[in-house]
Amino acid sequence: MTAGLATAHSVVDPSPLTKRIASVVVIGYALITLVPLVWIFLTGFKSPSDAIAYPPKIFAAPTLEGYCNLFTTRTRQAPDYMAKLPPAANLCDRISRGRNMVVAGPSNYIPRYINSLVIAFGSTALSVGLGTLAAYAFSRFKIPLKDDLLFFILSTRMMPPIAVAIPIYLMYRELGLSDTKLGMILLYTSVNISLAVWLLKGFIDEIPREYEDAAMVDGYTRLQAFFKVVLPQATTGIVATAIFCLIFAWNEYAFAVLLTSGSAQTAPPFIPIIIGEGGQDWPAVAAGTTLFLIPIVVFTVLLRKHLLRGITFGAVRK
Amino acid sequence: MAEIRIDNLVKQFGGFAAVRGTSFTIADGEFFCLLGPSGCGKTTTLRMIAGLELPTSGTIRLGGEDVTFLRARERDIAMVFQLFALYPHMNVRKNIAFPLVSIGLPRAEIRRRVEEAARILRIDQLLDHPVGGLSGGDRQRVALGRAIVREPKAFLMDEPLGALDAEFRHIMCGELRALHDRLKATTVFVTHDQLEAMSMADKIAVMNNGVVEQLGSPQEIYDRPATMFVADFIGSPPMNFIRCSGRVASGATQVTIDRAEIDVPQLREDATTEDLVLGVRPEQVTLCDDGGFRGEVFGTEYLGTTQIVTITTAHGTVKARLPTSVRVERSERVGMSFRADRLSLFNGVTGRAIRTALHEQPERGGRRG
Repeated sequence: MTAGLATAHSVVDPSPLTKRIASVVVIGYALITLVPLVWIFLTGFKSPSDAIAYPPKIFAAPTLEGYCNLFTTRTRQAPDYMAKLPPAANLCDRISRGRNMVVAGPSNYIPRYINSLVIAFGSTALSVGLGTLAAYAFSRFKIPLKDDLLFFILSTRMMPPIAVAIPIYLMYRELGLSDTKLGMILLYTSVNISLAVWLLKGFIDEIPREYEDAAMVDGYTRLQAFFKVVLPQATTGIVATAIFCLIFAWNEYAFAVLLTSGSAQTAPPFIPIIIGEGGQDWPAVAAGTTLFLIPIVVFTVLLRKHLLRGITFGAVRK
Repeated sequence: MAEIRIDNLVKQFGGFAAVRGTSFTIADGEFFCLLGPSGCGKTTTLRMIAGLELPTSGTIRLGGEDVTFLRARERDIAMVFQLFALYPHMNVRKNIAFPLVSIGLPRAEIRRRVEEAARILRIDQLLDHPVGGLSGGDRQRVALGRAIVREPKAFLMDEPLGALDAEFRHIMCGELRALHDRLKATTVFVTHDQLEAMSMADKIAVMNNGVVEQLGSPQEIYDRPATMFVADFIGSPPMNFIRCSGRVASGATQVTIDRAEIDVPQLREDATTEDLVLGVRPEQVTLCDDGGFRGEVFGTEYLGTTQIVTITTAHGTVKARLPTSVRVERSERVGMSFRADRLSLFNGVTGRAIRTALHEQPERGGRRG
């Protein structure tokens, strides 16, 4: 090979310049997306005054005050009462006393967080479960008015869901579903299921019917064939759909504000409330938001491989 | 193993009749081929035998038992699909074991039978491989393994060689026939490829437009086609059709084309029409200068031991398969003679063969064993 050829590059691979430009664009985009997240993460470890300091402080003396304030409720006490107290038992006690406050008890953050987990994962499981069965039926069986039914299902997503907030509010009040986890699970499921059916139908359409035929000749019922042969091959689609459903149900704010206030309240309407308790407590809000991001990040990272295959599925036939 | 008896089977899809009154019997242990162009109803017939489609009317008997409306899983048959339908999320062993798992056999028994099937098909070294990386031939063998492992009453194969490349298809043809001879299993094989059918089948049913045009051994179908469709579909190049007219009655031994008298096998029935068609296989044509039927050489295709000579005549083109030692020039005027005792005669209106002495000849040539 000559020296000239050594520097030559393949005609199908991108040239070094193209690669460099692509890297710059990708890094730039990553910065734009990540900066707010990093800012929220850092703010969670600032003191309330550092959080609103001007000019803004990127790094401040780290403190866990935000997290303490997130997980506890505190009351302000007179100095003579404070003086009579036994020494602070833990970190949060110490931080509170520095602000002339004592810890009165745990905040509602953990129960709200658990509500969010139950409602988001519950509705995702229900949407994907029902969606897979419906998608299979739409894909394989002769159903009268199939196309119309599919259109009707999709039409529920043609307006912003909040447009039907008032009827749903009244309906839920009548049915006793207001402020219940079941009510929220049903609501998010009904919003997500149309997306789930459409996405999954595409994936199931791609699975040749021969597999089920083969399984049925091999001695299985159609339902067994569905579970043993179709489902494993639809994993990619199911995972991709589950991630979309979970992200919607986890982040949903408007219905949660409207329909939940107490026992079934989710984290999104709860986090902004924290700010009202004793001044502008941005670190506590940032701490709550940081923790709120974790389940989606974990879920997405764990299933990332499937998600990437999912959104490019069918683009290249093997 | 079992006999399969099909009686007057009909399948309608909406207003379209895919299969129109098909009847045939497949003897126990027979290698039976459903042959026909695409859309002729052969795959639908096979799927009805498998229980994947339910017939509109008619009956299917499997080993004497009426299975017409039984579900696929209740029929004890195995099927090999065109694209093999190997389950991609299972390895070779699990694929082959899949039908046995459904019966609930003990694990050791499943293991034993899977390994035995794999040994027969010479894929025992592949058992723990994923099916994704297998070559076409090995996929085919795994699909066969999944079929034979259960020792079913019958094997159904839907163009199982269609997805293989030409060279490999030839090898698999041989393997399939060898496997059949070893297992003596009743096999129904669907194909549109006449060579596959001719080389493997004990018996062929040629289908067209949802009906069986002819049922018989490969020799019978080739030598004594029952209809012009069969004559045209089988053989490469296909049979030459030469229009001739004139009323011929039972006992006649000649037809007239262009004042040339052509000897044919003696008729055993009266032709009901004057519109007749003489059927001549390319290898039944010889060139001779004094032949009454003449034409002009249009071109030749050299095939090694033989050549196909295309001759234009006043009654259409005729293809002749001649030894390469015969030298012909383009545009040369030649006379032809036909091998009289093997010619077919068709009713040009209905397309059906007219009974002649040809149909009384003993079948020529023997089949293996």
